Amino acid sequence: MTGISRRKLISTGVGAAAGVSGVAVAARLARRYGLIPPDSGGLYGPGETLTYAAQRFLTRHSMAREFARSQISKQPFPDEVGPLSEKFWRFEERQFVDWRVTVDGLVARPASFSLSELRSFPRRSQITQLACEEGWSYIAEWIGVPLSHILNLVATLPQARYVVYRSIQPDWWDSIDMADALHPQTLVTHAMNGSDLPVAFGGPLRLRVPRQLGYKNIKYLTQLTVTDNLKQFGKGLGSASPEGGYAWYAGI
Amino acid sequence: MAGSVWGATPASAVPATTVRLRHSALVRVTHWIITCSFLALLVTGGAILTSHPRFYWGETGNVLTTPLFTLPIPASRASVPTGYDYVLPDQNGWGRSLHFQSAWVTVLTGLFYVVYGLFQGHFRRNLFPARTDISGSRIFAVITQHLRLTETREERAWSYNVLQRLTYLLVIFILFPLVIWTGLAMSPSMASVFPGAVAILGGQQSARTIHFFVSILLVLFLLVHVGMVCLSGFRNRVLAMITGRMSQEMKGA
Repeated sequence: MTGISRRKLISTGVGAAAGVSGVAVAARLARRYGLIPPDSGGLYGPGETLTYAAQRFLTRHSMAREFARSQISKQPFPDEVGPLSEKFWRFEERQFVDWRVTVDGLVARPASFSLSELRSFPRRSQITQLACEEGWSYIAEWIGVPLSHILNLVATLPQARYVVYRSIQPDWWDSIDMADALHPQTLVTHAMNGSDLPVAFGGPLRLRVPRQLGYKNIKYLTQLTVTDNLKQFGKGLGSASPEGGYAWYAGI
Repeated sequence: MAGSVWGATPASAVPATTVRLRHSALVRVTHWIITCSFLALLVTGGAILTSHPRFYWGETGNVLTTPLFTLPIPASRASVPTGYDYVLPDQNGWGRSLHFQSAWVTVLTGLFYVVYGLFQGHFRRNLFPARTDISGSRIFAVITQHLRLTETREERAWSYNVLQRLTYLLVIFILFPLVIWTGLAMSPSMASVFPGAVAILGGQQSARTIHFFVSILLVLFLLVHVGMVCLSGFRNRVLAMITGRMSQEMKGA
């Protein structure tokens, strides 16, 4: 051993030990405060976890930007969805009068709400942007029932951590954490720009999560399930998106 | 600073030997980490871009609105009109995940470099130009020297000229912060926390457009940077950035 090697060795060792224990402490804290996303396992798990943890740290109570009525896009783009199921069109023929959303899982009073019941609930209207992960966007006025109102009606149990939501379309489901589920701008949306939500934009019901990208805003909503563990749903990654390679958390 | 793991030994403090320390460990390690993460950002940025090669100004824009400009490339989405009769495969899943993971690596490494570099005097010693050098005539002289390729390698071997210093400072303190800012401004979640940081750019679509142009500037920097390395002795320069040392007899070769 020559020159500075001993000092260098000791300082490198101390540095490495501090680094490893720092990461271990951070991981433990992140787990404790629910900052680990359900798709944290794979090759990009470190990035997904850093993004989710950092954004949750900053955004727990932040409000999505709301715009002036004059900024509403004259040409909103609905994006394409796969061909809608037979089942969907049967509801559509009857003007969705018997469309229902069931709420189950970790709730004291599981329930099922019809479209007209949902329309009679206290409504919130907001002019927010829908931004797609591809890069395009539009601004619209969205009108609906805050998800938090529905969750209060069914009385979620204290151990609730996520809300899983499903479309009538097969294999189209997603989930959000309670910070987003109870957020005042998260809406079970039934109207857009002053009229009933068009089918192309997700009508009769779409979950709007304006602080996340478009693909978290699932169309043709039929079911809400409150849970403390996402492992039991699909492949356990929190939604159908990570199964197709997309991040569960889509705040960016 | 001599003896510190991260510190460069000032050239003047060392007696003339055949081998001297050109780059500190801080510069070398962060240089190569950011090289890798920047290349990953570039590839994935391009992959993401193919899903919507149209740009807009303001808050919103989509295939139904008039774009500011469209890149003449095929797209990975059938909904985007491109003039090509085929659709590329979707690359956004891994593309986005790797883009953000590489962004984290770049930002954390960059922060470490800037904070430690300030603390260590790296910027003062190697990058801030001497006051006498910041003049039009001095900069013009360096440019003409470059164009005539008359600058001797001797001059360039041990420190940066004023043009290099200003370019590196521009990349480190203007372009990288701007590309990070415009990247974050596209996030609906970050926009909810810092709405002013989006508004000042003119909206989220403006942020996306600026993000694209700053990336182009960074690519131009990369091309010129690699070009200059080739011109001034590729092997020796790259070895200096790996080992920190540059041998005297080789530098004139």
